[in-house]
Amino acid sequence: MPSYDTIIIGGGTNGLACAARLAKAGKRALVLEAAERAGGGATGAALAPDLAPMPLAHLLTTLDPRVLDGMELERHGLSYAATGLTTTALSPTGDHLVLEGPAGAGLSGTIDDAGRAAWEALRRRLMSFAEALAPFRAVTPPRIARKAGNDNLKLARIGLGLRRLGQDEFREFLRMALINIADVLEDEIADDRLRGLVAFDAVLGAWLGPRSPNSLILYLNRLAGEAAGTRAALALPRGGMGAVADAMARSAEAAGVTLRTGARVGRVLIEEDRACGVILADGEEIRAGLVVSAIGPKATFLDLVGARHLDTGFVRRATNIRARGGAAKLHLALKGAPDFRGADPATRLVIAPDIASVEEAFNATKYGEVPERPVMEIVLPKAHEREAGGGHVLSAIVQFAPHAPRAGLDEARRRMLANTLEVLETYAPGIGGLITHSELLMPQDIEARYGMAGGNWHHAELSVEQMLFLRPFAEVAQYATPVAGLWLAGAGSHPGGGVSGAAGWNAAERILSGVAA
Amino acid sequence: MSYDAAIIGAGHNGLVAACYLARAGLKVVVVEKNDWIGGAAVSRELYPGFTYSNCSYVCSLFRPEIMRDLELPKHGLQVLPYEGGAVFTRDGGYLATFRDHEANRRELMRHSPRDAEAYDRYSRDVMRHCRFIRPLLLRTPPDPATFRPRDIAELAWLGRKVGEMSEGQICDMIRFWTMSISDFLDEYFESPVIKAYLAVSAIIGTALGPMSPGSAYVLLHHYMGDVDGNVGAWGFARGGMGAITQALTASLRAAGGEVRTGAGVEKVLVANGRATGLRLEGGEEIAARRVLSNMDVKRTFLKHVDTAELPPAFVKRVETFKSRGSSGKLNIALDAAPHFPALPDGAPMLKGDLHFTDSVERMERAYDDWKAGHFSRDPFQDTMIPTMIDPTMAPPGKHFMSCFIQYAPPKIEGRDWTDADRDAFGQTVIDQIAEYSPGFKDRILHMEVRTPRELEAEVGLTDGNIFQGELTFDQLLFNRPVPGYAQYKTPIRDLWLCGSSAHPGGGVMGAPGRNAASEILRDLRAKTEMRQAYAVV
Amino acid sequence: MKDLRHHYEAPLRTTPFHDRIAAANVLNQWGPWAGYTTALVLEDAEMEYSAIRNTASLYDLCPMIKYRIAGRDAVDYLNRLTLRDVARVAVGAVQYTAWCDDRGKLLDDGTLFRLGEAEFLLCCQERHLPWLLDSAIGFEVSVHDVTAEIAALSLQGPCTASVLDAAGFDVSALKPYRFASFPFDGGDLIISRTGFTGDLGYELWIEPALALPLWDRLMAAGAYCGIRPVGSHALDIARIEAGFLAAHADFVPADQALREDRVRSPYELALDWMIDFGKGHFNGRRALLAERDGQTSEWAFVALDIEGNVAADHAILYDGRNREVGQITSAAWSPSAKRSIALAQVRRPHHAGAKGGLRAEIYALRELHYVKLMMTARMTERPFFAPPRRRTTPPGRF
Repeated sequence: MPSYDTIIIGGGTNGLACAARLAKAGKRALVLEAAERAGGGATGAALAPDLAPMPLAHLLTTLDPRVLDGMELERHGLSYAATGLTTTALSPTGDHLVLEGPAGAGLSGTIDDAGRAAWEALRRRLMSFAEALAPFRAVTPPRIARKAGNDNLKLARIGLGLRRLGQDEFREFLRMALINIADVLEDEIADDRLRGLVAFDAVLGAWLGPRSPNSLILYLNRLAGEAAGTRAALALPRGGMGAVADAMARSAEAAGVTLRTGARVGRVLIEEDRACGVILADGEEIRAGLVVSAIGPKATFLDLVGARHLDTGFVRRATNIRARGGAAKLHLALKGAPDFRGADPATRLVIAPDIASVEEAFNATKYGEVPERPVMEIVLPKAHEREAGGGHVLSAIVQFAPHAPRAGLDEARRRMLANTLEVLETYAPGIGGLITHSELLMPQDIEARYGMAGGNWHHAELSVEQMLFLRPFAEVAQYATPVAGLWLAGAGSHPGGGVSGAAGWNAAERILSGVAA
Repeated sequence: MSYDAAIIGAGHNGLVAACYLARAGLKVVVVEKNDWIGGAAVSRELYPGFTYSNCSYVCSLFRPEIMRDLELPKHGLQVLPYEGGAVFTRDGGYLATFRDHEANRRELMRHSPRDAEAYDRYSRDVMRHCRFIRPLLLRTPPDPATFRPRDIAELAWLGRKVGEMSEGQICDMIRFWTMSISDFLDEYFESPVIKAYLAVSAIIGTALGPMSPGSAYVLLHHYMGDVDGNVGAWGFARGGMGAITQALTASLRAAGGEVRTGAGVEKVLVANGRATGLRLEGGEEIAARRVLSNMDVKRTFLKHVDTAELPPAFVKRVETFKSRGSSGKLNIALDAAPHFPALPDGAPMLKGDLHFTDSVERMERAYDDWKAGHFSRDPFQDTMIPTMIDPTMAPPGKHFMSCFIQYAPPKIEGRDWTDADRDAFGQTVIDQIAEYSPGFKDRILHMEVRTPRELEAEVGLTDGNIFQGELTFDQLLFNRPVPGYAQYKTPIRDLWLCGSSAHPGGGVMGAPGRNAASEILRDLRAKTEMRQAYAVV
Repeated sequence: MKDLRHHYEAPLRTTPFHDRIAAANVLNQWGPWAGYTTALVLEDAEMEYSAIRNTASLYDLCPMIKYRIAGRDAVDYLNRLTLRDVARVAVGAVQYTAWCDDRGKLLDDGTLFRLGEAEFLLCCQERHLPWLLDSAIGFEVSVHDVTAEIAALSLQGPCTASVLDAAGFDVSALKPYRFASFPFDGGDLIISRTGFTGDLGYELWIEPALALPLWDRLMAAGAYCGIRPVGSHALDIARIEAGFLAAHADFVPADQALREDRVRSPYELALDWMIDFGKGHFNGRRALLAERDGQTSEWAFVALDIEGNVAADHAILYDGRNREVGQITSAAWSPSAKRSIALAQVRRPHHAGAKGGLRAEIYALRELHYVKLMMTARMTERPFFAPPRRRTTPPGRF
């Protein structure tokens, strides 16, 4: 019987990143994954036996560079079908706007010089803010108390970075930190396609509309991410997102991590107020001195630990973690290539014609209703493959979808699919006739399949009041928990989810730093 | 004839600033475009025998330090606390509120025993935040982007204030400031109507919905006032809201200041980058050593100052300053008190605020209409009958009713309001009240309907925003109204802002006027008897 | 049923005993208590106090907040909620207990009655429903406020066992902190040997419909010794003599404090004897362990004997160098101990006998002027008055 000193619950990207980092430091780590395959949101099921699996995440946007390098993912098989992916802001008339390079460094399409200049100025400003904030992603959130194990040097450097923006830009930063993205776009940009696209990107995966205050910072967070070594860029791995999951799993195993799939943890074993292992759903007990949970914080505390080991105020806060998923996932198998009125299929295609379209799609969700005209981000993976042939598949993140539909899940799913296909038909006439298989995952479906609370891929909404030292809530924002020996390392912790590994890596660093819980 | 200070606009903040300057010995004139004094704090007889508080309608935020400094009670100001109120529910019931803690608790218990107790916890939590923020109202915000000793000292003071709290409370406060009131209330309450009632203060006057992040802070903005030390309480000014500006005017005149009505300003005169006086609409020029504008920042700089005198970056920020109106108003003279069958006979609720929106969702949907450029089909209203408390405002047995309505956009689908739009808006409101008060329409003697268009035309509030600028973080504290210009100074020397566009923002509070005067007197090193904010004990 | 909407016409409710108390309340002095109107003094506070210590007194306890806690996990739930080990409480026994928030700061104290294997009654001064309900997350337990469903009387004084006997209830075998059930008028009367006076005494719990018959029965049975209804003022003196804490007098419940420095831990309120670290996790345990191990308590709760005969309510305490070191929270002239007594919060380490002793700054209002007294305050034992009869079983016949 092998023995482990560390158990990581959840073999998603954060769990794997955390395990690999700990293993490199000499820990004997065991990762327990409930699903049959590790990789969390980077994995998925196939629509039909002869089709490739459709992962929940379909693009790389925020893979943490420490994870990419530290886990040597490229050595372990990660390669790219596309890097620096272009985005096409689709127009229903075919008058598309194309954004090339990271966050639209270049524009092509019908847009005048003033429009280009305005975008360039805004983009430059936001990129400089994102650049200054990016290091935050790689630190343990500071505590306000003194002598709390803050990494003061790193924090000072970030502060200095913000001050180095210069007085005017620093002021702009303070003004814009909690602003809504819609106001910024209306102030600075005239082009509806561009406004719609940026508004969409800002609230992708969030439970906010573009008119909600605090939405700009989510866009900055997106810009602060890296893919394939470039800030604010997008990449598509060769073989799909599953390749990232596989590379991470291989890397972790190469580092000495034991990976057990199909192993659902039933509860955390607590003795003398210390976590000392886990008990699997089937009753098997595995002991270890350190238990790290990379699953959602609410489930960790309320289901695995149990309220009786926690204080009432703490349970109250855990209960109050907001995790409303607002995104549905659409998977289509198509007989042939769809035509989005001439748009390059090997780009990220976004349907969000203006700010109002995004805001109105969010409106319905607030009341548990399905939007009439959802907005979406579309990827056609086969368009990126050289030996393309046969059918196509379409993967789309469709917003917004209610996490608690009033009409009931089945009825809401049916309407969501119908409304989504209707929008698609406007942008790609005839696409309806190409569909051989379709699947739409509502937030509740995503929760059931991936275990993400509320179907939110951040496990806890990424919003200012749940960010940084408030993520998922103040008492556990530094990855440590009140139960000695139990740590958090999932997307519910700073800096949030996506196929990133940053939270897991940060947690591992914090555990290894020896700062007491 | 030359003045030490000319103040544009005889609203409450302009008058407060004028009073402080006059009392410090400056020769002061206030010029007002309307033929009456008061700005948005007015009492007007729009129907014979009836006094209308036709803009602002309740009093709580006005800083007691200012009332005392300027001896407003001596000059006739009386603030009357009011009691109670009710939210009518669609099922024919209601949720009432009471000043008496026990009565209030029992009322909440009718809707949810758990919420009745949660309310105490909620009140204490909000009060903790109020205790932190109140002392900030009468202080000039520091500029965090400079290294001036004064700004650093003020930041350090702020840091110490924060440091007086525990880590947990600081986190709670940051969370509270950034979240939506809807989410915040969900953490305490289960009853939809209780949540709807409590969400009111978080949306009044704003272009936010109860589900918008940042709305919880707005709640604080409405809670930090007090009536005689009773924090969070509201009252009426006896004789209508004009009583405040009338008392200020009397105080100003007693200090030797002048007020000129019917004197619209055409332009702020600027020479060599300094304000030197005003030119009135008739062409008359008034020379002044300095000019204070009680107009909002957009109106001041985009309409009355030559933008060539201003840095382009500043102009851009003023142009993009958000002051979207979100509210309208109905002012109604009633032949008799309205009857609400849902209420028990003789119930005291009519002495307070009446609401007809029984869920947060209905409020948010009303906001969705605003976002789409319509007035709300099912609007939220904060309706009061001040004559239930104040006998001076209407003939005996008759009543004045003030209905504050959200949401009403500054433009309808991008175009200006028409009279037909306005009438339809008024009808929507009347229909809503009549749903709960049969026969209401028959009691109306006279009615004034005000949309953002009328508010802008009469009071001069750009886009009809009652706070002279929205209360979101990009426009609060050191960001208000423009980063780098939050200390009442403007890019033009000797031109100052003293209205609600400046920190700490809108409401009949008087703080911006007082703080602007404080900055001017500080520059002059003049002696002043200005009181510091009362300590929070 | 009465239209509940009219509650505002009488914001304070009357208790089931109100008719009798109103008749006895010749001074008509009333005060609010938890939404009820209750007698402060009925006739003469000193004579009422005297009844508590000399014969028998009746005090209306109805407004005391009562929660019924029941369900399979009731013991586990209460163990997690409170400081003491609930498993040790036998059915039929009562535990004086307290509970804390996450930071180990006191929320309230109260008495816990074990009605059955999985059924309890928790009595306390403050309302805690949201806290109790949130504490129930993860437990199979139900929590209900049953304050209005139970009429309660406190029967206190040396003659109370005799009075109960005369009323037909034999309580001779009932030990302190135990209760028993008796048939009464077709209902169930529960009598517990508990109270707030530190004397022989009982508390009686009955359905509201039987409240007045019970009152009448007790008054008749006690007529021989001059039983009398008492108000809150008299009881409070007895309470202080007994050394019991009262919320909002001796501590601010942690969830109600607006000011951060007002909250106190059990160590700071001399309730640390309750803490059972060995029973498993309970609310505040980690914070209290840290406080114990780090010796970080800032305050101590002490009993003081004050020089002179002027009650020292709310006096500020000074050390020998005239530094403020504490506050008196409850004080009275004790008629039974013949001392001026006080309960106080004192900043550590001054509780351990400050050099030069403590002095209390007392302001006595005498003919419109405050007379300022600086009086020596000496640490002393709690309770201030502890007659053996409070514990003797069977109780003597007095």
